[in-house]
This record gives sequence, C-alpha cells and structure tokens, in this order.
Amino acid sequence: MRAPPRATILTPSLEGGNVAKQRVLVTGVSRFLGSRLAQRLEKDPEVGEIFGVDLEEPPVELTRTDFVRADIRNPLIVKVLRATEVDTVVHTAVIATPGRAGGRAQMKEINVIGTMQLLAACQKAESLRKVVMKSTTAVYGSEPTDPAIFSEEMAPRSQSKTGYAKDAVEVENYARAFGRRRPDVCLTILRFANFIGPLIDTPLTRYFSLPVVPTALGFDPRLQFLHEDDAVEVLYRATREDHRGTYNASGDGVLYLSQAIRLAGKLPVPVLVPFINLAAGMVRRTGAVDFSPEQISFLLYGRVGDVARLKEKFGYTPRHTTLEAFRDFVAKRKLLRVFTPEQAEQWERDLYAFLSRRDRLRRRGAEPAEPEGAKA
Amino acid sequence: MPTARVINMESRRPEPDRCLGRTADGRPCRNRAGESGYCRRHAPPPPRAEHPALTAFEHALAEFLAFLRTRLTGEYPTDDFGFDRHLTESAVMPLLRPFFERWWRIHQQGWEHIPARGPCLLVANHSGTLPWDALMVKYGVFEATGRHTRLLAADMAFEMPVVGEIARKMGSTLACDEDATRLLHSGELVGVFPEGYKGVGKRFRERYKLQRFGRGGFVEVALRTGVPIVPVAIVGAEEIYPMLYDLRSLARLFGLPYFPVTPTFPLLGPLGMVPLPSKWIIEYGEPIQTETLGSESANDPMFVFNLTDQVREVIQQTLYKNLMARRNVFF
Repeated sequence: MRAPPRATILTPSLEGGNVAKQRVLVTGVSRFLGSRLAQRLEKDPEVGEIFGVDLEEPPVELTRTDFVRADIRNPLIVKVLRATEVDTVVHTAVIATPGRAGGRAQMKEINVIGTMQLLAACQKAESLRKVVMKSTTAVYGSEPTDPAIFSEEMAPRSQSKTGYAKDAVEVENYARAFGRRRPDVCLTILRFANFIGPLIDTPLTRYFSLPVVPTALGFDPRLQFLHEDDAVEVLYRATREDHRGTYNASGDGVLYLSQAIRLAGKLPVPVLVPFINLAAGMVRRTGAVDFSPEQISFLLYGRVGDVARLKEKFGYTPRHTTLEAFRDFVAKRKLLRVFTPEQAEQWERDLYAFLSRRDRLRRRGAEPAEPEGAKA
Repeated sequence: MPTARVINMESRRPEPDRCLGRTADGRPCRNRAGESGYCRRHAPPPPRAEHPALTAFEHALAEFLAFLRTRLTGEYPTDDFGFDRHLTESAVMPLLRPFFERWWRIHQQGWEHIPARGPCLLVANHSGTLPWDALMVKYGVFEATGRHTRLLAADMAFEMPVVGEIARKMGSTLACDEDATRLLHSGELVGVFPEGYKGVGKRFRERYKLQRFGRGGFVEVALRTGVPIVPVAIVGAEEIYPMLYDLRSLARLFGLPYFPVTPTFPLLGPLGMVPLPSKWIIEYGEPIQTETLGSESANDPMFVFNLTDQVREVIQQTLYKNLMARRNVFF
C-alpha cells in the first residue's frame, strides 16, 4: 500500500526566489525536534537565515542558526518576528510532559498561551508566508468507540479534558483560527504519532526502559511510532515545501503494546484496570516516567492515524515503519533485556529435544507402533 | 549390482493387493496392502511432514514451540486494524473447531457465493444471547474459503477487557462506517450483523423473527464502495441460550444491554453458560450486486431502505426454508 515514489520538487516559497532565500524561525530550538530541524535546515544552502527561539540554549551545536533567547509567551515576541523578517515560522515549542515544563500549569501556559502570543505576533508579521505547527495524534483521543484508524478529517469521539491532548486541541484551534484570518499564509499542522528512536526522550521511551513494564490487564492497545529522523524530515519538508492542511505523520504499520514490550525483551506486568491509576502514580513518583493521567486511556485503547495523506501530498513515506523504528530504538538504546531472541530460540530447541525424546521413548515402549497411514 | 536401479514406485505394481514397499534386504514386500497401497509396516509418512524423520507428534510439537517463541519475542505481523493472523489461525480457529464440528455440527451451504478474493459484505441474522453465531460464521467461512471475515462488533466488545483485545486480534473492528469502508476498500471480506443487540438479545419466543436492520448503514457502505452483499441465514443459534426473560433492572445495574434468564442461567451459575448443542445450518445466499447501482444511490434514503428490506427479506425467507428442512432442534 506504499504510495508510488515520486520526485520531490523543493519549491522556494518566495516568488522570484534567486535573490531572497527562505528565512526561518524555529521555536523550541532547545528541544529535540527544534534543534534537529535547525541542523537539518543549516545543511540546505537554499535556506537563508535561521533563527532559533527558546529560553535555554540548544543542546546541539548549531553553526548558522542565530539563537534568540525569548519567551514566546511574552508579547515581545512580535518584535523578534519584526526584527528578523522571517517568512516561515516553525512552532515546535509545544510540550507533551508536565515534568519538563515544571508542572502542569506551566506546561499549559507554554503550550496554549505561548501559541496564542506567537500566532498573534504572526498575524501582525507582514513578511510571513508560512506557519508549520507541531501537533499530535493525541487530539483524536483514545476511546473504545474510536474507529480503528483516524484520518485527518475525522472528529474525535470525545473531547479530551486534561493534559497534553487538550492543549494540542486548543493549539490546533488557535492555529486554524489564525489560518482563517491570514489566508495568504500557508498553514501546515502536523499530527505526529509517538516519537521513538535512539536519542529522543519521551515518556514512552522511558516507559519501555523500565525493568518491568506495567500494562492494563486484558487490554492491548495498538501503537504507532514515528522515528525521530523521520519526524525531523517531515518537519523539514513541511518547512521547505508548501503543504497546506493537516497531516498525520507516523511510520507505516502498528505494533501492539504487548508486542513492543516483547520486542524490547521486557516483561509486562498486567495490572487490573481499577488499580492502574495507583500503579501509574507509583511509577510517576519514582520519577522514572513522566506519566500523565490522560495517557492511561492511551494504554487501554491506543490510537492509530492514517498516513495516506502525508505519503500522497508530501511524496514521502517515513523511512522507518513503526516496527523498524521500534527495533532501532531497542537496538541502539541497549535496553536491559530480560531475555534475548537467541535465548528464546535456545529454549525452543531445548524444550523440543526434551519433549520429543520423551515421545520417542514412549513410542518404543508401545509395540506395535501406531499405523501412520491411517491418520493421513 | 553394477548400476543402481531406479524403481518407479508408482508404476511398479506386481500384484494388485500387495504392498508397494520393500523389505530390509531390498525384495518387494509381500504383505497385503491397505488403502494407501502399502502394508502397515511400509506405510508412507504423513504427507504434511516436511522432514520424513519427524512423526506427526514431533511436527506438531515443533510448530507449537515455534508459535510460543514468536509470541514470546513479539515477532509476528499485524495489520493496521490489529488483525493478528498468526494468533487467529494458530490459536483461535483450533479452539472454535470443536464447537463448529462437534457441538453444533454446523452444516454450511452456498459458501461458493463468497468471492474467492476482493471485497464483499456478509450480512447475517444475529441471535443467541452471546455472539457465538459471529464466531461460527468466521470459522465456517475460513474453513470453506480460507478467507478471514472481518467482523464488525459493538462498541461494548472493545470496552471489555480481554474480549476487546481478542476481538481486535481476530480482525474485528468497531461497527462504524469509517472502518467498514476502509476494510472494503482494502479488499477485505466484512461480516456485519445489522440487528445488533436487538437481534442477539431477543427473547426465545421471538426466535427467527428478524429485528429491524439498524438504520441501513451497511447498505450505504456497500453502495458507496460498490461491493456485493451476501445474505447469510443462520439457523440454530437461537436455541443455544433460550432467553425466557430479560431482567432489565439487573442489566441497567451492570450496564449491559440485557440480562438473560435462560432455563440454565443464572440457575446453574457458570454451568448455565454452556450453550445448548442445537443443530445449525448456515446458508450463504446469492450475492446482491451493488456495483451497477452507483455510489450516488447511497444518498437516496428511500432506495437504501428498500435495498435493506430486500436483504432482510432474503434472509428471513432462507431462515423459514431451513427451519422447515430441519427435523429437530438438536439433530
């Protein structure tokens, strides 16, 4: 079901473009996606100046990017936009976990108020031609009444009332409102599935790094993963090419949670659903996983987005399927494994040798042998 | 011997009823041959064993252990809907077989109406308090055609632990237009029970009376995707748990669509969950082609109602016919 490969034409978004190169502002540049996107853009000679906005300095070395220490929640951001005269804004400063933001209130502040201020500034920026928003498939929610696969135009079956999903829904609403007020701006909303990869740090990567992995007894959600490199590539292409609209972004295929735990060589610990909040609280308190309550329903029902539109319009199929992305994560993270596939094969051989020997002994004891032809 | 003599085992038949095998010192065996053309001592190995040295037990054992290993290491494929063919064919189907063959001794007819490939919508009547009929259709179609029916299940199934998990892994999905359309577009065989709770939870005295066929959503989907509709009539499932009474208040208390009282349940407790061994007949009717009707006809509610009624009528008539043909409820 792969979309046929097609040539990708990188269109400069400014008309008459030999002189004017694209000027890009990346918010959240001190985070994984923002910093990697800046690195990726630096390699592209067609991209002019790159500005990275965040409160902390980027964790990776950036050569061409100008770092602007600014808070997008502050109305002063409009001055940054005016001074830099960017034509593209990539908004990746939407935070998924309260722990790193310094609490849920702070996280909501950054996500919702930050986006509002940024978009308000964008609306005033005359030179602006394009806005790329990082969003998440969490906007679809996780319900037993969900369709198996969400495509972009499907509405969620229930409104998320808490956490990152709620923030993401509100951020998207502001973005769409902005898109209506500035129809000349190409607005791209990217709904990313869960990121995974050797370097990225998310609640889910930490979850799979736990020695024993708590799951909900009798529930096995389908998960979708997007490899970190593919995530950067999708962001990069959305920045460089014009793709109006909303896109789900994930690797092909799905993995069951149980399957993922097995592939990681871990042992699942099924917890009865009434006690799952308790278990999640305990895990949260240890500080190992920043596990927000709305992710519980995700661990019950999972969620899968349809990536056909991304493949068709972007002409890009994420290089790692969900399974490959997860394997890459498992292989490069060197997770502590309870058992390895080689061990499992050894067990299979041993068990087979043991059981079939017993079978042979029993057969030798029983004379005459059973006629085989009768069974055939 | 100067050169090795190659003996064509098939053509060499000195005496009609002698064994085709050879004794240890190379002479033709003189034992009387059985059905296979060999005597008991020289009977060929069972045909499915790839390694002739393996006995049937060893073969099954090897398969079973390989199954366990892949489950342990997670190395098995699923599709986007979560259909786990590996688990379904290795574990679920073998569990259903005794029910199909021994318990209800299900006789199937008309399965040649199911296309060998390509999308198709199976529409069946629903009965029996617990949806055993859906599982039996899934098993029956798989046995007859080797295809997997993607059953559309009620949302309650996916809310329940274990049940929801197994339903997904068997290839079922939520009964909604989006999922049905997507499955049909990818060429799957989709099974739907449009009566829903009204059918599966009806009382014994209403047996074989088809209930309202939902709101005709399945017909709309079939018209939009242009896939044939195969009506399926299931006789026998009505009698597996004859629901004498429906305790509404208890049902409300537990959040269930109905709370059945059968002659054995809840009187005998868990033993009352054992379904009665009625005799079943499943008949697959002639496909109703929708391709020529055009996808825009799905927007005409009157047309959709009529087609829904037509499918319902076909199933109802087939039910009556097979009920007449059945001599007794139990055999």
